[in-house]
Amino acid sequence: MNGIIKNFMHYRHFLAENVKKDIKLKYRSSYLGIIWTLIEPLLEMIVLTFIFGTLFGNNDKSFPVYILSGRLLYSFYSGSTRSCVRSIRGNSGMIKKVYVPKYLYPLSSILSSYVTFGISLIILAVVSLVLGVYPTWYIFGAIVPLILLFILAFGSGMIFATIGVFFRDFEYLWGIALTLIMYTCAIFYKVDRFAASGKEWVLNINPLYCIIKNFRFCIIDGQPLELETCLYALTFGVITSIIGLIMFNKNQDKFILHI
Amino acid sequence: MAKKALELKNVSIKFNLSKEKVDSLKVYVIKLLKRELKYNEFWALKDISFSLEKGDRLGVLGLNGAGKSTLMKVVAGVYKPTEGEVIRRGKIAPLIELGAGFNMEYTGRENIFLYGSVLGYSKAFLKEKYDEIVEFSELGEFIDVPMKNYSSGMRSRLGFAIATIVCPDILILDEVLSVGDAKFRKKSEAKIMKMFDEGVTVLFVSHSVAQVERLCNKAILLEKGRIIAQGDVLDVTKIYREMTDDAQIKQAEQEKKKVQQQVNDLVIKNTEYIIQPQAKQ
Repeated sequence: MNGIIKNFMHYRHFLAENVKKDIKLKYRSSYLGIIWTLIEPLLEMIVLTFIFGTLFGNNDKSFPVYILSGRLLYSFYSGSTRSCVRSIRGNSGMIKKVYVPKYLYPLSSILSSYVTFGISLIILAVVSLVLGVYPTWYIFGAIVPLILLFILAFGSGMIFATIGVFFRDFEYLWGIALTLIMYTCAIFYKVDRFAASGKEWVLNINPLYCIIKNFRFCIIDGQPLELETCLYALTFGVITSIIGLIMFNKNQDKFILHI
Repeated sequence: MAKKALELKNVSIKFNLSKEKVDSLKVYVIKLLKRELKYNEFWALKDISFSLEKGDRLGVLGLNGAGKSTLMKVVAGVYKPTEGEVIRRGKIAPLIELGAGFNMEYTGRENIFLYGSVLGYSKAFLKEKYDEIVEFSELGEFIDVPMKNYSSGMRSRLGFAIATIVCPDILILDEVLSVGDAKFRKKSEAKIMKMFDEGVTVLFVSHSVAQVERLCNKAILLEKGRIIAQGDVLDVTKIYREMTDDAQIKQAEQEKKKVQQQVNDLVIKNTEYIIQPQAKQ
C-alpha cells in the first residue's frame, strides 16, 4: 500500500499533465475553443426544450433547467466511460515504450471529462438564474450526487478500460448500452407518469438516474437528498469500483501483449 | 558490502504469439468453441540473472532478435517478467525510445513538461531547467511549433535533452548514441561521458563492439533470449566476434550460392534465347 502511494506521488505530475493535455487538445484548432463546453450543452438544451417542451406541451418554466441538468450529468458519464474504453489502446505508443502506472490512463480520461463537466456547470447556473430558478440552501447538497457520479464513472471506467483492451467490439456494445441508459435517465421527460403507474422502479435501478434525480432535488426543487437512492448509487459505485480495480490490477501486465 | 544497483534474478518473459490476433468477441467465442485458441509460446528471455554494482557499465551484445531491447524494457519496467524478479535501486533514466511520451499536436515547449512528467519531474523543476533543455536541444524558435512539424532529428534531440537533464543512478542506453548530426552526437556523447565520470550504472546496447569495448567494463552476450556469455568485457566481445564472424562466413557462403544460382539461371535463359530463334526457323 505504501509503495502504491509512493508510486502515485512520483507520477502525480504526469497525471496532471495528461489531464491538461486531454482538455487542451480537445478544443485546439477550433475557433471558440473551451467556450464550446458552455455553448454545446446550451444549444442542445434549446433543441430538446423546443421538442419536448414546446411540442409536447411541457411549458413549465424550470423545464429547460431540468433538461440541462440531466443532460450534463449523463454526457459526463457517457463521455468519460467511452474515453476509458479507448484509454489503454489509445495510449499504446506510450505503454509499449515507457513505464507509467497504467491506471493513470483511464483515471486521467475521467478526470479531464470531470473538469470540462465542472466548467459546463457554469452554464447551468446561468440558465437557472435567467429562468428564475433561484438556489436554496439545499444547493450545497448537490456535492453528494457529484461525488457519487465520479465514483460510478471511475468504477465503470476501470472495468471498461480492461475489457476494451481485449475486445474491440466492446466499444460498440457499450454505445448501445449507453442509449438504454440515456432513455432510463429521464433527461427530457418528467417521471410523474411512471410514478402513477408504479413503474418508476425501472428508472430507479439505474444508478445514474438516482444521481440525476438527487442532483435535481438540490438545484431545482430545493429539497433534501433522498437517502435510499443515494445509498443505492453509492453501493453500486463502490462495488463497481472494487470490481474494476481488481479486474484492472489482475490484467494490467497482459495489456502490453494485446495492444 | 555495498548494495547492488541492479539485480536480475532468473528473469524470464513469455510472449503469446497467436497466429491471428483475436480481438473481437465473435471470433473469440467461435475459436473458444472450436477449441482453436492456441498460442505459440515464445520465451523472449529465459533465466536471465546478473547483478551490477554502482558504477558498473554493462555492454549488452547479441544479434538481432536476441532479446536485447526486451531486456532493456524489463529493466526499465515496461515489461513485467513472467518469472523472476528485478530489483532496482535508484533513479532510472531509460534512453530507449527517445520521446516516447511526446504528443505530436503539442508544441516543443508543452512537450517538455509532458515528457518531463512521464519521467517523474515536477513542473517547477522543469521550469527551472527549461532554458537548459532548450539550449541543449538547439531547437531555438522551433520550440513553439507543434511537434508534428519537427524532423525526426529534432524530436530525438529534444527527447535526449529532457531525459538527461538529471544524472540518474541507472542509465539505459539502447542505441541512442547515434542521435542527430555529427555535431550533436559529439555533444550528447560528451554529456553521457560526464555521467560516466559521476559513477552512474550503465546498461549499454550496441552493435558496435568497438564502442562497447571502449565504454564498458562488463558485458553479457545474448542468444535467443539466454545469456551465453557473461563477464569481463574483453572476454565477451571475443566470443561475440567469433560468433558474428561465423555468421558472416555463413552469410557469405549463402550469398555466393545465390550468385552462382543467378548466373546459372542467366546462362540457361540465354541458351534458350539463342536456341529458340533457331528452332523457329
